Amino acid sequence: MEVCGTHTMSLFRHGLTPRLAEAGVEMVSGPGCPVCITPDGLHEAAIGLVTEVEGLTLATFGDMTRVPTRKGSLQTAAPARDSRVRVVYSPEEALEEAKREPGRQVVFFGVGFETTIPAIAYIVKQAARARLRNFSVLPALWLVPPALKAVLDSKEVAVNGFIYPGHVSAVIGIEPYGFVARDYGVPGAVAGFEPGDILLAVRSVLDQALEGQPRVALEYGRAIRPEGNPTARALMAEVCEPFDAEWRGLGRIPASGLRFKAKYARLSAENAYGLKIRGAGRDLPGCRCGDVLRGVIRPEGCRLFGAKCTPESPLGPCMVSYEGACLVHFKYGRRERTGS
Amino acid sequence: MKKVSLELGGGGRLMRDFIAERVLPAFGNPILGELSDSGLLPDGLAFTTDSYVVDPLFFPGGDIGTLAVNGTVNDLVVSGAEPRFLSFALILEEGLEWEVLDRVLRSVRKATKAAKVRIVTGDTKVVRQGQGDKVFVNTAGIGRSVARPRVDRIRPGDEIILTGAVGDHTLAVMLARGEFGLSTKVRSDCAPLLFLLPLWKRGALWMRDVTRGGLATVLFELAERLPYPVLVEEDKVPLSRAVRGASDLLGIDPLYMACEGKAVIVAPKGRTADFLRRVRGHPLGRKAEVIGRVQKKIGRPGELLLQTAAGGLRLLEPLTSELLPRIC
Amino acid sequence: MCLAVPAKITRLEDSGLGTVDYLGTEVKANFSLVPQAKMGDWVIIHAGFAISVMDAKEARETLQLFRELAESS
Repeated sequence: MEVCGTHTMSLFRHGLTPRLAEAGVEMVSGPGCPVCITPDGLHEAAIGLVTEVEGLTLATFGDMTRVPTRKGSLQTAAPARDSRVRVVYSPEEALEEAKREPGRQVVFFGVGFETTIPAIAYIVKQAARARLRNFSVLPALWLVPPALKAVLDSKEVAVNGFIYPGHVSAVIGIEPYGFVARDYGVPGAVAGFEPGDILLAVRSVLDQALEGQPRVALEYGRAIRPEGNPTARALMAEVCEPFDAEWRGLGRIPASGLRFKAKYARLSAENAYGLKIRGAGRDLPGCRCGDVLRGVIRPEGCRLFGAKCTPESPLGPCMVSYEGACLVHFKYGRRERTGS
Repeated sequence: MKKVSLELGGGGRLMRDFIAERVLPAFGNPILGELSDSGLLPDGLAFTTDSYVVDPLFFPGGDIGTLAVNGTVNDLVVSGAEPRFLSFALILEEGLEWEVLDRVLRSVRKATKAAKVRIVTGDTKVVRQGQGDKVFVNTAGIGRSVARPRVDRIRPGDEIILTGAVGDHTLAVMLARGEFGLSTKVRSDCAPLLFLLPLWKRGALWMRDVTRGGLATVLFELAERLPYPVLVEEDKVPLSRAVRGASDLLGIDPLYMACEGKAVIVAPKGRTADFLRRVRGHPLGRKAEVIGRVQKKIGRPGELLLQTAAGGLRLLEPLTSELLPRIC
Repeated sequence: MCLAVPAKITRLEDSGLGTVDYLGTEVKANFSLVPQAKMGDWVIIHAGFAISVMDAKEARETLQLFRELAESS
């Protein structure tokens, strides 16, 4: 199982999945897309903000704006007077807008795994330091290792090995995955994103399995230190604390999400706007994103895939996000067995 | 979806559905029904129109003025017509500085000279501050057909030429907005494609300029009109280094990025080398490549297939959702 | 969502801000998360932040290996 949308994309783009299958290695996608695992309740809260509050900029990453909910998507929402949705590349752009335009309210809908969380923690700390009164963050911050534990504990998928996400590991290092090998006996390797990186990681997993020596191998040494990035982790720990978050598809997982500590609570949009986030919200009818995220079905196993649910008219986030398994399968997976 | 969304103007499937489901039933006719870049009229005339709402007005390599002229000129060229006359209508926002408008008009003059067309009629409207956005332009163009595109004559073995690197226009406009912390030496490729006109008499079967929706959308429009599959080779598609880098950074697929000075041409079997030589002989076509062909062996009728750089094969879909609003 | 890519530091100010070069495109970057980074280092950049400093030697060797593998297949 791999748990990183960019790995899913790389596998398909380079035609690796069918070749690995021929060699007897079945690649399954797990909960590797932060946009996808963010439940509708949070998306609906963001939509509520931009449609009901005037003079507000809702800033977020591109594919977040197209996730469909029962209230539509951020992109199709009719903003309140003088409000708008803004796509940003870096969370700093949202902070900069708040500094530049004190008369506007800016909310950054920040979504990500540990790769992105330090950047979000950074802007929260900066905003607190600058005592900004017009800036807040709606956080959807997810931690990978607890999700791996949830997948293993559910026993829904017989995972024989993990490919660990390369850039999450740049931040957390390899130690947090240790329990997978120690307590569950499942081998794993941290992989980069070139086809060669993924193949080397798969080979490492197979070697570990053959030798009966499960561990956490590092096959992306050019970019990752085994200890990860302590500065980034310290910043996360300073600004955030873990809580039992509810994931789309996987339900409530202990200590799997991050929220802001009391000292920074004022910068949470939930407090700033008195938001009542409706739990997980409800997926659109027939949508099986939850099952796809748990690795229980492949995108093709969902009745709606390619029929009612397509990139043009997506019914769930897995078909929207650049890292969503359904979008990757749709764009890169079809007809891969045709021709040569 | 009960209201018009920003996506509708993106040139992708939503827009095509809108035309099919609302426009054609409202006032369609056989000429409009062809849905080509220009209406091909009796008496050998071709007629087209486009509106321009690009933001920002000025960007490296062009501005709303050059776009308004070249965009319409190119729609005529790729429909087999020699552009002759344009109309030019302005919708101005109250409070616009004269300096800005003068700059646009100077650009328009330069562009009409380069494209050998004359503006013979026009209009000016002004709306209240806040009800427009500085300048919106509409141009309509009329030209004389030198040949008719013949989709019905396209056969397996016919090849597809792309006249140069794609994506520069979208990138230039995106970065000119200053919203992304990126900078690179990219310029919009906005230019008139008059140099392609002689290819019509030499047997070109079909052309399209690669604008909103990008290369993938344009090729999809070709494929769906054919009873054969179309195969494109990803590693043959020329891309500037700037587009390659920025598209990785921003997560945008260059195959969907718009141009304003590039076209795809379907060359009949046997004429490809000749066409390629002629296109490459012009400064605007130096990087032209054969990027694909109509064929029968792989895929089903009407499908657009991409052979990926890594040797895989996948279906190429038209643009689905808005990459970036107000790109042209 | 923005991917993470390797890029070379082209400007690094004391404030922790600067720029990196990726395939000729210059990108604004924040180096606060990698205080040990120096001018000319290669970093992994994600959402405008450098999250890791790369080992240039190992990067060269690995990418060379991949090139050889690609050519031989």
